Amino acid sequence: MMGTPPTQETPMQLELSAEDAAFRDEMRTFFTTQVPQEIRDAVAARRELTKEQVVESQRILNEHGLAVPHWPTEWGGRDWTELQRHIWNEELQRANVPIPLAFNASMIGPVLAQFGSQEQKEKFLPKTASLEIWWSQGFSEPDAGSDLASLRTTAVRDGDHFVVNGQKTWTTLGQYGDWIFMLVRTDPEVKKQAGISMLLIDMTTPRVTVRPIELIDGGHEVNEVWFEDVRVPAENLVGELNSGWTQAKFLLGNERVGVAPVGSTKRVLAQAKEWAGDQLSDPMVAARFAELENELLALELTALRVVAHSSDGEPHPASSVLKLKGTELQQAVSELVVDLAGPASLASGAGDESELPEWTRRATPVYLNLRKASIYGGSNEIQRQIISRTILGL
Amino acid sequence: MDFTYDDEQDALRDAVRGLVGKTYADFETRRRTVAEDPGFDEKLWARLAEMGILGLPFAEADGGVGAGPVEISIVAQEFGRVLAPEPFLTSVVLAGGLVAAVGSDEQRAEVLGALAAGESVLAFAHAEPGARWADTASAVTAQKDGDDWTLTGIKEPVPHGARADLLVVSAVLPEGGGTGLFLVSPDASGLTRAGYATHDGGRAARVAFDGTPATALGEAGRDLESSIATVQDIARVMACNEAIGAMEYSLDATTSYLKSRKQFGVTLNTFQALTFRAADMYVSLELAKSIVTWATMVVAAGTPEEVAAGAARAALQVSRSGRHVGQEAIQLHGGIGMTAEYSIGSYTSHLTALDHLLGDGNHHLKVLAATVADYDEVDPLS
Repeated sequence: MMGTPPTQETPMQLELSAEDAAFRDEMRTFFTTQVPQEIRDAVAARRELTKEQVVESQRILNEHGLAVPHWPTEWGGRDWTELQRHIWNEELQRANVPIPLAFNASMIGPVLAQFGSQEQKEKFLPKTASLEIWWSQGFSEPDAGSDLASLRTTAVRDGDHFVVNGQKTWTTLGQYGDWIFMLVRTDPEVKKQAGISMLLIDMTTPRVTVRPIELIDGGHEVNEVWFEDVRVPAENLVGELNSGWTQAKFLLGNERVGVAPVGSTKRVLAQAKEWAGDQLSDPMVAARFAELENELLALELTALRVVAHSSDGEPHPASSVLKLKGTELQQAVSELVVDLAGPASLASGAGDESELPEWTRRATPVYLNLRKASIYGGSNEIQRQIISRTILGL
Repeated sequence: MDFTYDDEQDALRDAVRGLVGKTYADFETRRRTVAEDPGFDEKLWARLAEMGILGLPFAEADGGVGAGPVEISIVAQEFGRVLAPEPFLTSVVLAGGLVAAVGSDEQRAEVLGALAAGESVLAFAHAEPGARWADTASAVTAQKDGDDWTLTGIKEPVPHGARADLLVVSAVLPEGGGTGLFLVSPDASGLTRAGYATHDGGRAARVAFDGTPATALGEAGRDLESSIATVQDIARVMACNEAIGAMEYSLDATTSYLKSRKQFGVTLNTFQALTFRAADMYVSLELAKSIVTWATMVVAAGTPEEVAAGAARAALQVSRSGRHVGQEAIQLHGGIGMTAEYSIGSYTSHLTALDHLLGDGNHHLKVLAATVADYDEVDPLS
């Protein structure tokens, strides 16, 4: 029974198969030769990307079937193994290719593929994959952050339309949004989760107003979006009326996995070794690199374990570990870069005429900007709650 | 890359759990066993031999069953889960592993055959006062007189050094010849052994050699530093697996306790300040599990250099996670966690022992930090 010598069929194995190794080479070659160098340089320098750069990159990926591989094949997905998806994701980030816009590729796309009507799928999915439609996310409200289900934006049925009133906030890149997927209250009389619906709204509809919120890094990344008697065709309801919480949970589960930025954090850490220069011979600096690398390795291996156990659509509960630890490490690496820049990190407002290298000038804005990572996508405290309740049964 | 166990591996886990897990299902049994020498259950040791566990890593020609690292890791995890005090790690994996790696055909058949049969407990006498997890010896020296070898110097602490039926001893070879390995019989002249209990209920000894006759393990006079290093790396990965079992138990026990213990009229799991800390323990454990599972696969498939790096990486994470989980397990239990009668504190004690047996987190961090400038990133997929 036991003690049988290991055979070549031993399931626990480390090596990539020849097929997967070839797949990795194919991805690596594509990403490093087909996506414009200028865009990849902007990612490597940790600059803010323009809308055009994000769109161009995703268009190129989509033309080659590489923008939404995790979607159903009918809508542009690829019938890849979990490991191939992991390799795709790692190689993409490793090559400094912008990740396909999360609102499209990871959030509303999979929701529409799962819950949308045939008409909605045909109308939206191709343009969502290609980024001809730029989606925004209308979930958070001033009084509904971590307690999302207490949202108050209302949608009231009026003939063939819903009339929407309320305010959404933290709408990332809402200034570029063509459409917004919204959680709205459609039944105020029932338990709060049971009265929510998901609605798709064209952001050019009259009385939709987008107002910028300036953040601590000086950038304009998020917005408030106001809705005043906005009329939305009833056909833009996703799934059944009052089933929005189901779709929201499905979306947020995907988001948790999607926001664990292992590949890009590894890439920044590797880049930081070059930036560190002689500082790398300081044992304390070297130890900080080694410690972060090791935690990233543990996280990457955890990501591989989690995808291996994911079943249809339902996120593995341990995906909360990925979000929690992934964002902590992303922040820790950005903090290391500020420390490597040292006094030069003060020159965040200097232009290209500065004597100081660009990475030192970007260090602090990036560090400050990434404080958001442990807040969005279900704050890290929410992830701890998911772990303690769902996994540990506490 | 695949993280799943096959049916036979699951069956092995069930079998070990059925024997070792059942024996120590009641923590009081473990307490009684470690209270008296030799600090483990000789009858259980014999039954482990019958099951083939003590010969698991060794070739069939040497009296073993020729299993791979994944199978050994499963045994280590199950030992850790119940804090089984039987010296599987130090006697079979470490001392036996050295004999398997460098012993002559006759030595392997004789020594490993007796080990696998449960007739002989081995100990690796390597640590020396003042040394910190080296791959070489410095305080015990070997002298050659014709074809005969003698050893002189002190080894301490030697795990199970007083009970051992045969010692595998590292010693400095003459004329700058590096480090050799020797077999020393317990009744050899000039050998003094003084055993004691360790804080976690284990056993160790001071072993002194004074012109003590010894037999060279493998080819006499050969420098075996690299073999010692590799076998210690493999043992590090298995120690990490044992720690995983101990951490899994610690977290389970802590969550059960939070659900049952009442204060202020409610169970402790109503306090978010406590449940969040349990969630962080889970994160620590998952990270450790992932990297240890990977390192076990590296042992199965890697070069000695890859095994060394894998062992250092796993040991660093397990050191960090083990301290976190162990410390929080006691804290979340409160006063009961401090008592010898209740299990949880002993788990923390054993995790601390495992952390310092073959190199703690900072030891491995130093090793890894020395090479960070040599590559741009760590890629676990080869």
